[in-house]
Amino acid sequence: MTDIVAQPAENSPDEILAATRGRHLVIGEVVGLYVLSIAAALVLAGLLVAVTGGSAADVFNALLDGSVRNPGRWGLTLGAAAPLLLVALGTIVNSRAGLVNIGQEGQLLIGAAFATYVGVRLPGPGPIVVVALCGAGIVGGALWAGIAGGLRYWRGVPEVLSTLLMVIIAAQAVGYGLKNEGLLLSAAGNRANRNQVSEQLASDTRIPRLTWFGNEFPTTVFLAIALAALVAFALARTIPGFRLRMLGQNPRTAQRAGVGATRYGMGSMLISGGFAGLAGATMLAGGDFGNYQLVPGFSTNIGWTGLLVALVARERAVAAIAVAFTFAGLRTGSGFLAATGVERKITDVVQALLVLALLIPPAVLYIRERRRALNAAKERV
Amino acid sequence: MGAVWDVLTNEVTYSSAVRFAALLLFAASGEWVAERAGTLNISVEGMLLSGAFASAVSIDLVDSMWLALLIGALAGLLLSTVQANLSHRLPADQFVVGLTINILVLGLVGFLDDELDPSVSGAGVVSVPLLSDIPLIGPALFAQSWPLYLVYPLVPAMWWLVYRTRWGLEVRAAGEDPNSADVSGIRVNARRRQSIYLVGLTSGLGGAYFVLGAVGSFEDSIIGGRGFIAIAAVIFGGWTLKGSVAGCVLFGAVVSFRLSLPQQGYDALGTELLQALPYIVTIAGMAMFAHRIRPPAALAKPFLRGLK
Repeated sequence: MTDIVAQPAENSPDEILAATRGRHLVIGEVVGLYVLSIAAALVLAGLLVAVTGGSAADVFNALLDGSVRNPGRWGLTLGAAAPLLLVALGTIVNSRAGLVNIGQEGQLLIGAAFATYVGVRLPGPGPIVVVALCGAGIVGGALWAGIAGGLRYWRGVPEVLSTLLMVIIAAQAVGYGLKNEGLLLSAAGNRANRNQVSEQLASDTRIPRLTWFGNEFPTTVFLAIALAALVAFALARTIPGFRLRMLGQNPRTAQRAGVGATRYGMGSMLISGGFAGLAGATMLAGGDFGNYQLVPGFSTNIGWTGLLVALVARERAVAAIAVAFTFAGLRTGSGFLAATGVERKITDVVQALLVLALLIPPAVLYIRERRRALNAAKERV
Repeated sequence: MGAVWDVLTNEVTYSSAVRFAALLLFAASGEWVAERAGTLNISVEGMLLSGAFASAVSIDLVDSMWLALLIGALAGLLLSTVQANLSHRLPADQFVVGLTINILVLGLVGFLDDELDPSVSGAGVVSVPLLSDIPLIGPALFAQSWPLYLVYPLVPAMWWLVYRTRWGLEVRAAGEDPNSADVSGIRVNARRRQSIYLVGLTSGLGGAYFVLGAVGSFEDSIIGGRGFIAIAAVIFGGWTLKGSVAGCVLFGAVVSFRLSLPQQGYDALGTELLQALPYIVTIAGMAMFAHRIRPPAALAKPFLRGLK
């Protein structure tokens, strides 16, 4: 009833009722569309499993067991979620500024390589080395994204293309580093012949791990969540965040208001790459990815998946926490699929189908909104 | 330099360069049309892979080369309908859709490959008389398995389609100035969708050719990022067909060069550099000539009538 009281006096109760009914309809439409698309994606995935002779229920149970239900599993899922969230946070920053960075996979790998270089070479007390290697990761990722940003603003090269192409260059660069003892390759005595691995991080230069209720996970989980809150706050409540969003929503207005596109755009690219690089560094020193050493293909799609997390969360940092955990769950849960006789790659399919499904409702709603606005405008004329 | 000389005087190098260049050309010729229409679909990679896998399965089930090529093209087309309708009927972001399709296809093909594990029989080599006797490049161009020859008419066909038909004119208009095109009655998003269907067909065919005509077996890493090289070739070529062809030939040569060096007995010290070279060249080319080569004005900008 308070709603009705709050309305201006000239609105009759009938009109208000009609308006709220309209709003309920819209909310129903939104929920319905999302439910429908997600259901369609899951049915498709289920069919795929069924066609190849598996049982969808078994797969679902195995995924739940592997990601949260079995002892020690949700710790692993948290460990995988942390870098996903970090990558997604960076992606949110640059998408809000209207830039398309799709090279997180490469930025993450370069970050991990920089972190390895510093982590295995820097003498000194463990905690300082950990901080230094994280810093090196940020620098590496920011550098890789910064090249793309620089090319965008000073040479007019579309950042979509340069970031994408630089993923492959990053993989080759790290591969080269892992062939040279002067760069990343471990000394000959510490590895099997012809193995391309880096030196292992010393045990005091690793990120500390916690054990809660039999679940072990690295402390970077808290760092990632804190950074998510920070990014959400900075974008919503600070002046640079406001300028960044203005740049993304209307570059011309931003220019008139004195927001330098180069400065803020470049800044958002550096932050984005820095987050991806930090994700790489924490993966290296956190212990959930490999054996505290860099190997070829170290990034294992975390960059790509983190990008998807940001897209599914629709550029909202807090929502990204939940999405990162879900996608990490698919990843850790896939380890339990072997018992069901279904190939673990099905989780990649499920993930991509979910993303596609989640793309549809906002697009449909947007179109409908526009049609409604158009019709309303026509009626008025 | 001895290594370079040995590779350059070896017929095998040229044959393999042509095989890789043909794969890139199948994809790039369609992608070129799409980019002229103003859409940059990075799902080419996925389309190539889906075409490759579909044709591998089809040749395993039914022993017909033509049917397998057709099925490969149709698989690419199927994928392109997803890309086209999500990004140019609904206003979903084209890069997001493309990226997701790539991930989807990679997962799906990996999943199905383990389940089905198709065994492939390659297509036979057909030598064109006289032409294949030209030293060095003769066998490379004219003594290949026959699906490769499909690329020779494909490229001029694309040129004709874009520069000599009404449809092509409308496609170019959609890529250069969608608002004006729309006002003059061209259905901008329909043209863009159709151009994406075209990429789907050519890329699917390209993937099928690569499995049947070049490699002769299937594994899920068979395409391995070469769809991205095809996109790079179109950009490298400054969005002209001639330039795109040159880009494909150059990048195809680089790919085969990397593979030939170890075969000739030279330890490939610069493997990584050679592998990264197409991408470095493309980025450097874009950075150097960004002012001279002009992308289609509306490239990668979604079109929504009466908005913004």
